[in-house]
Amino acid sequence: MVMPEPEMLEVDVWRGGCDGSGRFQTYTVPRQDAQTVLDVVTWIQRKLDPTLAYRFSCRVGMCGSCAMTVNGRARWTCRTHVAKVASGKRLQIAPLANLTVVRDLVVDMREFFDKWAKAGGQFTPTASRRDDFARVAPESPARREVDAAIECIGCGICYASCDVVAWNPAYLGPAALNRAWTLQNDVRDGGRVERLAAVAGDAGCHACHTQAACTERCPKQLSPTASIAGLKRMAARAVLKGEL
Amino acid sequence: MSARGETRLWLAQRASAAVLALCVLVHLATMIVAVNGGLTAADILGRTRGNPAWAAFYAVFVAAVAIHAPIGLRTIASEWLQWRGRGADACWLVVGVALFVIGLRAVAAVVL
Amino acid sequence: MRTAGWRNRDHPSYWAFLVHRVSGLALALFLPLHFWALGQAIAGQAALDDFLRWTEQPLLRASEVALVFLLAAHLAGGLRLLLVEFVGWHRQAPRSWVAVAAGVALFCALTFALNLY
Repeated sequence: MVMPEPEMLEVDVWRGGCDGSGRFQTYTVPRQDAQTVLDVVTWIQRKLDPTLAYRFSCRVGMCGSCAMTVNGRARWTCRTHVAKVASGKRLQIAPLANLTVVRDLVVDMREFFDKWAKAGGQFTPTASRRDDFARVAPESPARREVDAAIECIGCGICYASCDVVAWNPAYLGPAALNRAWTLQNDVRDGGRVERLAAVAGDAGCHACHTQAACTERCPKQLSPTASIAGLKRMAARAVLKGEL
Repeated sequence: MSARGETRLWLAQRASAAVLALCVLVHLATMIVAVNGGLTAADILGRTRGNPAWAAFYAVFVAAVAIHAPIGLRTIASEWLQWRGRGADACWLVVGVALFVIGLRAVAAVVL
Repeated sequence: MRTAGWRNRDHPSYWAFLVHRVSGLALALFLPLHFWALGQAIAGQAALDDFLRWTEQPLLRASEVALVFLLAAHLAGGLRLLLVEFVGWHRQAPRSWVAVAAGVALFCALTFALNLY
């Protein structure tokens, strides 16, 4: 009995380093049921081309390490089914945009996290171990704002999808500003004055033009657009009150 | 620019936008009505000449636009032409003043 | 480093942004011409009338309709932005606002054109 040929997928994978010599290389990969884009990349690296560099970790949609550009849009490859995105049996996989390419599908995330720090993305404690637990009412308006934005795992998809990041090299970006917003609404945080100054400068929240690609692409359904609008309101109120 | 300066620019942009929203609504309605059957100088000047209400309206309109447009152009220049910094800011300030001057001249032309 | 490209820009908010920016730019460039044209009245009613008659050519009339559309579009987009920034963003609402803004702008331009011709 002759087994039917497996259906094949043509995959264009971006290869190259940071020297501008990158180009797409085509591989032919067999289709499988419930195949994800990460499955495809792994198959290529294991069976066809061991020189292919790529990042992954949990492979179950929790860590965000596998974020890449798939058919022009930044996605978690472990949570992207080939069936959903392969337009006419063809797939295009490239590294995340707006970040320096280390090699092939791997990008240098340092700028992303440096901006996180620049935006004041760290909690500044005010209590010590001798104090009682802080009481934060979950239904309070401030805590609701935090809860709506806190689930960010720093995957970089929003940063890679934002045109302002591409147009303004110093722009802090949606993830860093989103994290700053959660801390600005955290009643326990003691760094809110400095952080507001950090995020309201010329490469901060005011550079957002509500293109909302970040909100469109976020795999955790967060809305950095809303967080950044919140920062704009906060900065405006502070200026009008003479506090900024 | 500092956080305070950038926030003030943002506030000026939004405040002038709110003023312009009202002015533009009036302006659009006026244009749509006035242009009926063709527009002549008499149509325009008959409405505006010697009328303090129109004078005040257009003066406010010009002031708001002179604030709003340069701030927008500054953003576009910084993002699409990579032109930013003190020099650029000074240029846009001059543009704002220039718009205000030629705008007031235009208002004077039709109300005096 | 690579840039995101046009496939990444296929959502309503991006088009709203682009229309808003391009219309603002066009209006800002048009404004000095507008002020100059009205300033012609300083030289007298006849000078303004001369200019207005010059604008009755088909290409210029079409440009006037386009300008009205750009003005209405910039206003509508601006109102949507003010809503997002001051009232807030709740997932689906801003997408419908884009549609509303587009509709309003089109309505204004068409009414103007109707009156013009």
